[in-house]
Amino acid sequence: MSASRRLVAALRDPDRAGEGDWNGLIAAARAEQLIGSFAFRFEGRPVPAKVESILEAARRDAAQARIQALWEAEMTRRALAPLGVPMILLKGNAFHAAGLDAAIGRSVGDLDILVPKTSLEAVETALLGAGWERLKEAGGYDDDYYRRWMHELPPLIHRTRDRMIDVHHTILPETARPRPDAAALIADSIALDNGLRILSPADMIVHAAAHLFADGDLAGGLRNLWDVDRLLRQFAACPGPRSGADEAFWPRLAERARRHQLTRPVALALRLSARLYGTPVDRALAGRDRLSDRLFAARLLARNGWGQPVRPALRLAFYVRSHWLRMPPLMLARHLWVKARS
Amino acid sequence: MKHQLSLQIGPVAFRIGSAWRAPIDALARLYAGYPEPERVCDFTVRLEPEQPWRRWIRPSVAIQGDYILPDAAPMSLAHGLLAAEMGMNLQMALGQKTHLLLHAASVEKDGRALILTGESGAGKSTLAALLGERGWRLMGDEFALLGLQDGRLRAFPRAVSLKNGAIAVMENEVAPERFGPRLDGTPKGAIRHMRPNRLALEAMADPARPVLILFPRFGEAAAARAVGQAEVFMRLTQASTNYVSLGAAGFDALTGLVGGCPAAAIDYPDTTSAIDMVEELWAQAA
Repeated sequence: MSASRRLVAALRDPDRAGEGDWNGLIAAARAEQLIGSFAFRFEGRPVPAKVESILEAARRDAAQARIQALWEAEMTRRALAPLGVPMILLKGNAFHAAGLDAAIGRSVGDLDILVPKTSLEAVETALLGAGWERLKEAGGYDDDYYRRWMHELPPLIHRTRDRMIDVHHTILPETARPRPDAAALIADSIALDNGLRILSPADMIVHAAAHLFADGDLAGGLRNLWDVDRLLRQFAACPGPRSGADEAFWPRLAERARRHQLTRPVALALRLSARLYGTPVDRALAGRDRLSDRLFAARLLARNGWGQPVRPALRLAFYVRSHWLRMPPLMLARHLWVKARS
Repeated sequence: MKHQLSLQIGPVAFRIGSAWRAPIDALARLYAGYPEPERVCDFTVRLEPEQPWRRWIRPSVAIQGDYILPDAAPMSLAHGLLAAEMGMNLQMALGQKTHLLLHAASVEKDGRALILTGESGAGKSTLAALLGERGWRLMGDEFALLGLQDGRLRAFPRAVSLKNGAIAVMENEVAPERFGPRLDGTPKGAIRHMRPNRLALEAMADPARPVLILFPRFGEAAAARAVGQAEVFMRLTQASTNYVSLGAAGFDALTGLVGGCPAAAIDYPDTTSAIDMVEELWAQAA
């Protein structure tokens, strides 16, 4: 069994991980940015002493990363507070801020936020005034490309804290075929006690699915799919003011997926989460297994016990697919032409 | 991977994989006599072709592993040993989270440790290597590992990385079989690795209590001045790669170290006077 397959099996059921090649598991978990989640899954379980020390360090590291992520969100909230615009945390930052199960051991890189498109300029100005700097040269091809066609501003980085921020105005590039309803994402977002906002549960799944299957090339996808698994288990199981009632969750998810024109990516996310992590999902919404699901699974599992990516042809195919999804053919040709010359 | 080797260096075990045989053979020769590594390794390092065809055509070694710098420049296969060393250093600098890691050399005597730190090129590596041949136990020339709970120092006696002028200094001092190949034309000039002596290897699992911190600086007239705790603290936060990411645990360990140790900055014109100054300050501290 490949290392990434064993990693998935261990995350799914740590009790059955048993004795094995820990080096391969740890290398694969680190390469997939899952070492923190992995470490918490094994907390309190009997493992060799050396493994325990590695996982203990990973748990401490994750706890510290969580503090840093929350601090970054808070500093951004303060910088944008005078504008009075809603600032919605996305992905890992949202999980941590809301204390969701998906946050347990979850690494966080950049801070991702969503704001109304009409306030993009004001938000950027406020951030530049509060210590963030441009990473891309203003007026260059990349900068221009981001502003015209992307769902986010060109990344900014904070001068002293050295953390990046991606300011989104929607969840897919403008050039992608599906047109998510950004206004609805913002209108239905939820205020947390700490003054931060997160997407509604159904929209969080839709965003995760869009990010995984309608945008990128699935590199690092095991982690994003683990998010989907954790979120689905929590949202579908426990009723409550924040997570929606269990019975109502699946129809609500179906409705939101339709509204954002992302029914197929959401269904695919459900099927793959069920296939790899054993997530209980609504089969009507997930749809019947397709032959291509196996290709997606194979791409997600393309990692060996040295942490190396494997199956180069398959990875290339998904890379090409990601560009195909992202932009129409003529635009893609122009983009590749410019990139090849730079 | 096709060729591999595991190494135990102090409390840290490395697994090194390589697409080529030569770097692994060179590592095995350089690290002869090190203890049997643990079965589970802390870190994985990979030496692999930068592009698939660069395995054979103008071989080019990319340093990969658990933790990497995305823009690290690939190296020639002739410098494969250096690539492996840099790969291990990178894992420590980016991934070490069980100890406070100080970019410092350290030596031990009677269970007590002397920490030598300073900018690259200040001479701490050479000084520690020399002391290691003159009655001290070399704990490490590059990284000092401070325990987060007990405040004691762990040895990390990897091969000493001698650069340029320091190579001849140590060649006069140490038997030839303890040296790796001389690597000319690296980004840092000439480099030659040197295996620490038997004492350093046999006692590598023994921790020591830090009692003195020195900031040596080579190339100046001999002078010593005491350094206040605030300055020591600030300099050591800069010398640590994981101080920030360890959070409160890192702060507690570092304040414990700084509060419990006198510190001095020493300028020295040559190694003989440096050793004399070290011995004198050590006698005062002890």
